[in-house]
Amino acid sequence: MSSAPPPPSSPPARPVPKLDAENRAFWTGGAEGKLNITQCGDCGQFTHPPRILCRHCQSENVAPAAVAGTGVIDTMTVNHQPWAPGLEVPFVIARVALDGVPGVYLTTNVVNSPVDEVSFGDKVRVTFEQQGDIYYPLFEKAN
Amino acid sequence: MAREAYITGVGQSEVGVRLPRHPLLLTVDAVNVALADAGLTLDQIDGVFSFPGKAQGYLAFSPVGTDDLIEVLGIKSKWQMGAMEQPAQLSAIAMAAWAVKEGICRHVICFRTVYEAGGMANPAEYMPLQQKTTSGSSQWTSPFWATSAACWVAQYAARHVHKYGMTREQLAQIAINGSKNALLNPNARAITKEELTLDKYMSARMISTPLCLYDCDRFSDASTVIIVSAGDALDEVKATPIRIAASSGSVDRYSWDQVEWSAAYDAGPDLWKNTDYTVKDVDTVQFYDGFAFLPITWLEGLGFVEKGEGHKFIEGGTRIARDGELPLNTAGGQLGAGRLHGFGFAHEAVTQLRGAAGERQIPGDPKVAVATSGGGPMAAALLLARD
Repeated sequence: MSSAPPPPSSPPARPVPKLDAENRAFWTGGAEGKLNITQCGDCGQFTHPPRILCRHCQSENVAPAAVAGTGVIDTMTVNHQPWAPGLEVPFVIARVALDGVPGVYLTTNVVNSPVDEVSFGDKVRVTFEQQGDIYYPLFEKAN
Repeated sequence: MAREAYITGVGQSEVGVRLPRHPLLLTVDAVNVALADAGLTLDQIDGVFSFPGKAQGYLAFSPVGTDDLIEVLGIKSKWQMGAMEQPAQLSAIAMAAWAVKEGICRHVICFRTVYEAGGMANPAEYMPLQQKTTSGSSQWTSPFWATSAACWVAQYAARHVHKYGMTREQLAQIAINGSKNALLNPNARAITKEELTLDKYMSARMISTPLCLYDCDRFSDASTVIIVSAGDALDEVKATPIRIAASSGSVDRYSWDQVEWSAAYDAGPDLWKNTDYTVKDVDTVQFYDGFAFLPITWLEGLGFVEKGEGHKFIEGGTRIARDGELPLNTAGGQLGAGRLHGFGFAHEAVTQLRGAAGERQIPGDPKVAVATSGGGPMAAALLLARD
């Protein structure tokens, strides 16, 4: 029990999603600058969280599609609780409605702006944060 | 009466924070209180239902399963159920009601045991959830440090702030009301020691806007037991039976962040589908308040007020006080009486309908109550009546 806590200057690593057939394109698409959302080749609708079949028509003809990567803040909270040692607070957790992807929302962080300058309805665009194999889709204000 | 189901016994163990007593023993304590309350003995029990069953990967969350109770209490069980994949906590009681209505069981023990405070103090035996990797539904939130359900519920609550003008002073009434009632609840003494004032609430540290520290329930150690009996077995019971007049549940999607409105707005209207009772008949409500915003969704979802009006209804706290028009969370709720995880609301509804709530008894000979559980995309509600 004598191991020292990490110094405050080293923020904790983000939890790492376990990659599988369903989620790989989403979590690694940022390597090519792509925000991949699973789309049905038959009905054209999107399924998120990604699955190996379309949640609208149950077709197995689904594949990751690179979407615009822009959206609007649908709802948000300013989180003040450090959920891990060394986590810097406050920061914005937001639910972003993606442009061109009706019915799909992403929980994410809105970064690169002071928390009090982020609000409902703000236009945002994706910016990826790499950590190992994972490219976390964060968002920043678009203007 | 054969096709009716009644709550005939309620029991609760000691409720505390970091209790040394083993959670299996807390569960047996609560069973014994409930059996004595009902006037039943173990050999009359023939079913055991729970939520969410023993959580092997996160024992502190649910350290006792239905198998454990059947084993140590020598219950000859005809049917049992302990599963996470239910609309929400109280659906275990709804399903027990179906079992007795179907004639499968006569007297069923339903229980919920939590050991989240004691478990944190004993990580060797109650391994905490680790944060380094994530899979399943949590992968869509935890990588962004939306680690707790507080961050998820906060986003529903923030919409009420933005769209309907809900203020912190209005939201505060849930926790303030809970603390007042908890002070009159002997089982809440370890959780609430003084009344929460508006000043103290307003100066509390923020967790995730608009939810502050007092808007979040507190890890507790306890077991709550509800005994459900068949309508044609009431002559074996000594306590005043409370009828499960209706139940409802809803899961639209399991993803917290893909639904715009919580499941209370679906399960709420459904509660009135199979009963002649209406919201006007309800004498008290026991609404899940793991986070303070959730009772507002139940007020709106069940139709006590229009969507977007719940925070106005609770303003000032007089309507939801024990002597108000709709007494809410009269035992303190989870904010005041500990994170009993859903079953406390059924326990208190029955206690009030029997007129057995002592100092905190609401006036007016209450006959009809609603108890709810869940938040976000899952919800379950019970309509309870002394008729």
